[in-house]
Amino acid sequence: MAKTILAVDDSTSMRQMVTFTLKGAGYDVIDAADGQQALDIAKTRSFDLVLSDVNMPVMDGITLIRNLRALPDFKFTPILMLTTEAGIEKKKEGKAAGATGWIVKPFNPDQLLNTVKRVLG
Amino acid sequence: MSIDLSQFKQTFLEESDEGLDVLESGLLALDSGTADDEVIHAVFRAAHSIKGGAGTFGLNEIASFTHVMETLLDEMRDGRREITRDAMNVLLSSVDVLRELMDSARDEVEPEMERVNEVQAQLDAVLAGGSSDAVTSGEQGVEQETSADNVSAAKQIAWLIKFRPHEHLLRTGNDTVRMFRELSTLGDMENTVSCSELPELPHLDPELSYLSWEITLKNNAELGDIEKETIEEIFEWVDGDCDLTIEPVIMDDVSTEEVSTEDPPPARGAGSGSPGDVLQSHIEVLLAGSAEVDKSDIVSETVESAVTAPIADKVVPITARTAKKKKKNVEGSIRVGTSKVDSLIDMVGELVITQSMLSQLGDNFSMAKLETLRSGLAQLERNTRELQESVMRIRMLPISFSFQRFPRLVHDLSQKMSKKIELKMSGEQTELDKAVMEKIGDPMVHLVRNSLDHGIESPEIRLAAGKDETGIIHLNAYHQGGMIMIEISDDGAGLPRDKLLQKAIEKGLVAPGENLSDENIYDLIFHPGFSTADQVTDVSGRGVGMDVVRKNIKELGGSVEVSTEPGQGTTFTIRLPLTLAILDGQLVQVGQETYIIPLVSIIESFEIEPEKVNSIDSANEVYKIRDEYIPMVRLYDMFDIKPVTMNLQDCLLVVVEADGRKVGLLVDDLLSQQQVVIKSLETNYKRIEGFSGATILGDGTIALILDMSGLSNLLKQSASVKNYASA
Repeated sequence: MAKTILAVDDSTSMRQMVTFTLKGAGYDVIDAADGQQALDIAKTRSFDLVLSDVNMPVMDGITLIRNLRALPDFKFTPILMLTTEAGIEKKKEGKAAGATGWIVKPFNPDQLLNTVKRVLG
Repeated sequence: MSIDLSQFKQTFLEESDEGLDVLESGLLALDSGTADDEVIHAVFRAAHSIKGGAGTFGLNEIASFTHVMETLLDEMRDGRREITRDAMNVLLSSVDVLRELMDSARDEVEPEMERVNEVQAQLDAVLAGGSSDAVTSGEQGVEQETSADNVSAAKQIAWLIKFRPHEHLLRTGNDTVRMFRELSTLGDMENTVSCSELPELPHLDPELSYLSWEITLKNNAELGDIEKETIEEIFEWVDGDCDLTIEPVIMDDVSTEEVSTEDPPPARGAGSGSPGDVLQSHIEVLLAGSAEVDKSDIVSETVESAVTAPIADKVVPITARTAKKKKKNVEGSIRVGTSKVDSLIDMVGELVITQSMLSQLGDNFSMAKLETLRSGLAQLERNTRELQESVMRIRMLPISFSFQRFPRLVHDLSQKMSKKIELKMSGEQTELDKAVMEKIGDPMVHLVRNSLDHGIESPEIRLAAGKDETGIIHLNAYHQGGMIMIEISDDGAGLPRDKLLQKAIEKGLVAPGENLSDENIYDLIFHPGFSTADQVTDVSGRGVGMDVVRKNIKELGGSVEVSTEPGQGTTFTIRLPLTLAILDGQLVQVGQETYIIPLVSIIESFEIEPEKVNSIDSANEVYKIRDEYIPMVRLYDMFDIKPVTMNLQDCLLVVVEADGRKVGLLVDDLLSQQQVVIKSLETNYKRIEGFSGATILGDGTIALILDMSGLSNLLKQSASVKNYASA
């Protein structure tokens, strides 16, 4: 069965790109436009991987990660932040919230796939 | 895998347009001090998203430009930087630059870098000064200590990696097995596990990590030398969640023989800990539940490298933008709410049902089924009308799209003219056709500029006149009888009646002794070549006068009027049809021809009482309605066609409003009222004064649509008809 990825980004174009790329590589993708939407979806099912933007309206990525880690189904689920902030601070903040790792924006589809493959095998 | 990113670029550009609007309105709010925390966050997010997307979709100029903005905004967001007017102005200019860059990207042309560099320099200047925090951001400080270890690369044949995860590592979603698997793709790996810290089973928390590893990673001839950087990258995500040392194993003799090092023995097998180490490591992995069992073998075995290439971190960017000289005329797109689309689909569904019902009926039709046919046709008509309305609704956009450019305009201009002005807007959700909206933008800008320049007084004068020093410009929109009304009002000085009159006399537009109503005098500002500005300012009065505004609005089938109160302010009212594509028309018969009169311009229709018709001279007639005489136009005369009858009793008079006054049109008969689709005469034939277009009727014939203001012009040309209002 195809692995399912939850992709969270408030930018439609990024969401489209991520979804398109991952679906093209055979993953199932469900997307959400902000942290709250993602959390609502996450409460209904489990995922093999979560990709989340950091800066989003309503609920930001860091809060989302913290909330996800509190869900039994997401205790060990890899969660990657999509961040433009190469600064160590944001990464630390993300890790403290329970992020597995990050993909630094801008990334191209190949970079995205490589990283996802790294995590999902 | 190569994915064409250009398909997302369009979405990105559209969403960036919205982002830029957020950015702009947010900056304006920040500048006027009315912003709360959420605004600066939203502004930052907008810049941030644009930067991220631009980088992803290969728009590097935009990405690097936005980066500076973002840094600036980030500091403001964190309170590390004052929000100054200078900074705001530079940021607003940056928004303009970004718009230009987006346009270039959309048209796929090289952007004009001169202005970009200029503003970028300004941004850099702002960034350089004024920050309470000398080091601007942490962006630069990425790992740099890579080369030092590579000095003796020639002799170095392996890496010794000591890896002791902290207990909570698995809870970050990281997986040691995954990391080992990656390491194994780099070279020949030997891995030794230590279970010394593994607690007794009853005390073992399966969610925690107790093991530690020593890994020797040998360079593999086929895969090439391993860079420390590459190894670090694999452990990058767990930095801080483990104790990690990576040391080169150096040998004088460069052979890929057995590794012998001075360091602690790399391969201890299942030696050091308790005998059950390996088994326990299995258990640990099993219990942790995060890794597949079979893979856990890796933990204690030497793994031959797979043939896969090293982790690809140097992927060639696939978004090479090569041929981009060509100017592409990108079609505009509309964002449509899902509910609108859903209702369309519903209606198409109904239409299909009706159609199939009718075609079934047609298969074996008899007169007995006439009633069914009728009701079926009625249903078809209803479906079509609903569908049409829904389709039209798609083209309708809230006027806020047009309003949103004004805060910036008012902000910039009021600064330039040192006036204090507050812009109020209401009725932003009023919808109108996209095509109308696009064309009304410029006239509105002109009117707002006028209000700013001529209407609102300087703060000193306002204070002297006992008014608040801040002037108010109010934009309002609402629907009224199938038209959209847009009001632009100010609380300025009002139009100078005497000055207008004097100027008109100077210009010979008005005879010195002529008695004009106030309304007529104020209307003079729409006269070609009439400008009261004593000096041509930068803001308005550049020769493009109010006459152009009126002309443009008329071309849209609308009108513009002015009302003013000395000392209290001026209001411009624009009336516009909601759409340019469809019109509610009254079909009238003149001779054998059918014409269409826009329903909105009809005031009333009645049978003619011949005694109420008075001839002024051979060419001009007036008709008395109640206490008013209105000019009467025999359409058959005007269009030079043969009437059905010359007998006035048998004719009808349709009273219409044309350019703010009443005109009676003499027609032979009133036919039905219906919606007609407007076909342009200009594109299909040529422009004809008095007609706004043509349409195709149900029977296939063509009918011309009367243009009221054009008709009124024709009237003026044929004779100087004046308003004969009885006192």
